[in-house]
Amino acid sequence: MTKEELEKKAIEYRKKILTYIKQANAGHTGGSLSCIDVLNVLYNDVMNVGPSNIENPNRDRYIQSKGHSVEALFVVLADKGFYPESGLETLCRYKSHFVGHPTRKIPGVEQNTGALGHGLAISSGVALAGKKDKLDYKVYTLLGDGELAEGSNWEAALIAAQYKLDNLVAIVDHNGLQITNRTINVCSTDPLDDKFRAFGWEVIEVDGHDFEKMKEILNSMPLKKGKPSLVIANTIKGKGISFMEDQLTWHHRVPSDEEFQTAMKELDKAEEILNSKTLSV
Amino acid sequence: MNLGQPNLKTFAKTLEKLAKIDSDIMVVTSDSRGSGKLVNFGEEYPEQIVEVGIAEQNLVGMSAGLASTGKKVFAVSPSCFLTARSLEQIKNDICYSDNPVNLIGISAGVSYGSLGSTHHSTHDLAVLRAINNINILVPADNFETEKSIEIAAESEEPFFIRFGKRPMYDLHDSKTKFRLGKGIQIKNGKDLAFVATGETVYPALKAAEKLEKEGISCSVVSMHSIKPFDKELLLEIASSCSAIVTVEEHGIYGGLGELCAAILMEEGINIPFKIVGIPDEYTVTGAQMEIFEHYGISEEGLAETALKIIRLRV
Repeated sequence: MTKEELEKKAIEYRKKILTYIKQANAGHTGGSLSCIDVLNVLYNDVMNVGPSNIENPNRDRYIQSKGHSVEALFVVLADKGFYPESGLETLCRYKSHFVGHPTRKIPGVEQNTGALGHGLAISSGVALAGKKDKLDYKVYTLLGDGELAEGSNWEAALIAAQYKLDNLVAIVDHNGLQITNRTINVCSTDPLDDKFRAFGWEVIEVDGHDFEKMKEILNSMPLKKGKPSLVIANTIKGKGISFMEDQLTWHHRVPSDEEFQTAMKELDKAEEILNSKTLSV
Repeated sequence: MNLGQPNLKTFAKTLEKLAKIDSDIMVVTSDSRGSGKLVNFGEEYPEQIVEVGIAEQNLVGMSAGLASTGKKVFAVSPSCFLTARSLEQIKNDICYSDNPVNLIGISAGVSYGSLGSTHHSTHDLAVLRAINNINILVPADNFETEKSIEIAAESEEPFFIRFGKRPMYDLHDSKTKFRLGKGIQIKNGKDLAFVATGETVYPALKAAEKLEKEGISCSVVSMHSIKPFDKELLLEIASSCSAIVTVEEHGIYGGLGELCAAILMEEGINIPFKIVGIPDEYTVTGAQMEIFEHYGISEEGLAETALKIIRLRV
């Protein structure tokens, strides 16, 4: 997908994320907006997965370790045609399969996540199975930066390097905020790149909202043969909505009616600008 | 009665047998292949064993990932660590996520004896019973162990199977049938029933034989299947025997005993009933058999308990 097409999708996805969070009156607004561009690139430009090959053992896998940003995932999977988008109208409602964290009851979701610090180990297992079966699929897992305080991540980081899982790509949604405070003020993992390098990983940093760069990097995995890859995606929590950006309060706040309208207007405006740019090209 | 081998050894041999004909069988260990008697398995099937180091959370998480691709995974670790350190991975990555991993709790209960409470698992049945979507088996002898492993390997559901490392007496003959969710009645009597599980079935049987000499006839049941549970057999026993003693190598809370008590109470059955297990206290120091004797999980202790509760009958 071209950069322009991805940019268009990005606005569409943000509108949907906010719409469904507003409807459900629940959700992780800031984190979904920070990671959505990563998911956009993965599902629309990188991964070989879709409704037609979801049963294929050689499909690429995406496992969202930071499960709380589920709205981003549900919106993208609906867009990919895994299920009708109307299902999202039941998000978090009584008896809905659309729980507030990823569940395999929803087509396209690979693993149930939500408790933090689980995705990297599961992904390592899936990647190891790929090696054993001599299949060439890749496993992409999205980690939160706050989540990295969970020790289980580091157990998995060690073993992924031990087994030379170069079919494993971990992407950190490095938005620098967690529910309590800035991550550096809570349990800093800086310097994250050096830490993972010391654990035997190949590491690269990227602007997690720069489609061109992300396309280039995520389509060139592994970063190094014989090593798992870590992509530190520097993102902005609440990205795309001026009053939500880099604001602690938007971790799981639901916009009021007025805030929702303002946010949608901002996204309409962004769409107009994008359309005018496309036309002028 | 023939003294067999440790259930642990039977487990390892059964896995070797299964791995020979099924390359999807995979063992995952946390520096526990020696403790799990899996050194030979590792040598015979190096492609089918995964070592994760001393990292039980990762053991279970990776096992879930492997199982999600169709591997028949046996995650092997001392039960004390497996079911405590990695409980959240068991709950979420295996049970909630429907990844059919077979969790093998080795040296379970108080098998590690004088190594102390850090190494005991007197909580494992209680915590796993409280989690949805897992079968729980506690085999009493080599036969039950072999069958448990075979059933788990063929199933598409998660399992927890726990046993110790001491040689076990063969409790069954060649005609015995082993089925998931069905206990095995080893002895028939009417005065009292011992409903036991795992390595406590043998002392229960010995106690029953001792009581028989005193004119008290006892039933003995091996309730290897904690989940699903054989409610039918328990009710049958409760209607044919005048009293019940449950026996387990587990804390008295949340295990076999409370499970039986809840069923009997819900069915309105009120007969003399006693739960024998490890009480809610700092466990006494000693070898496994010394701990058993200390808490009355022995021929003498169980016979004494039986006599006490039989006297409660009016």
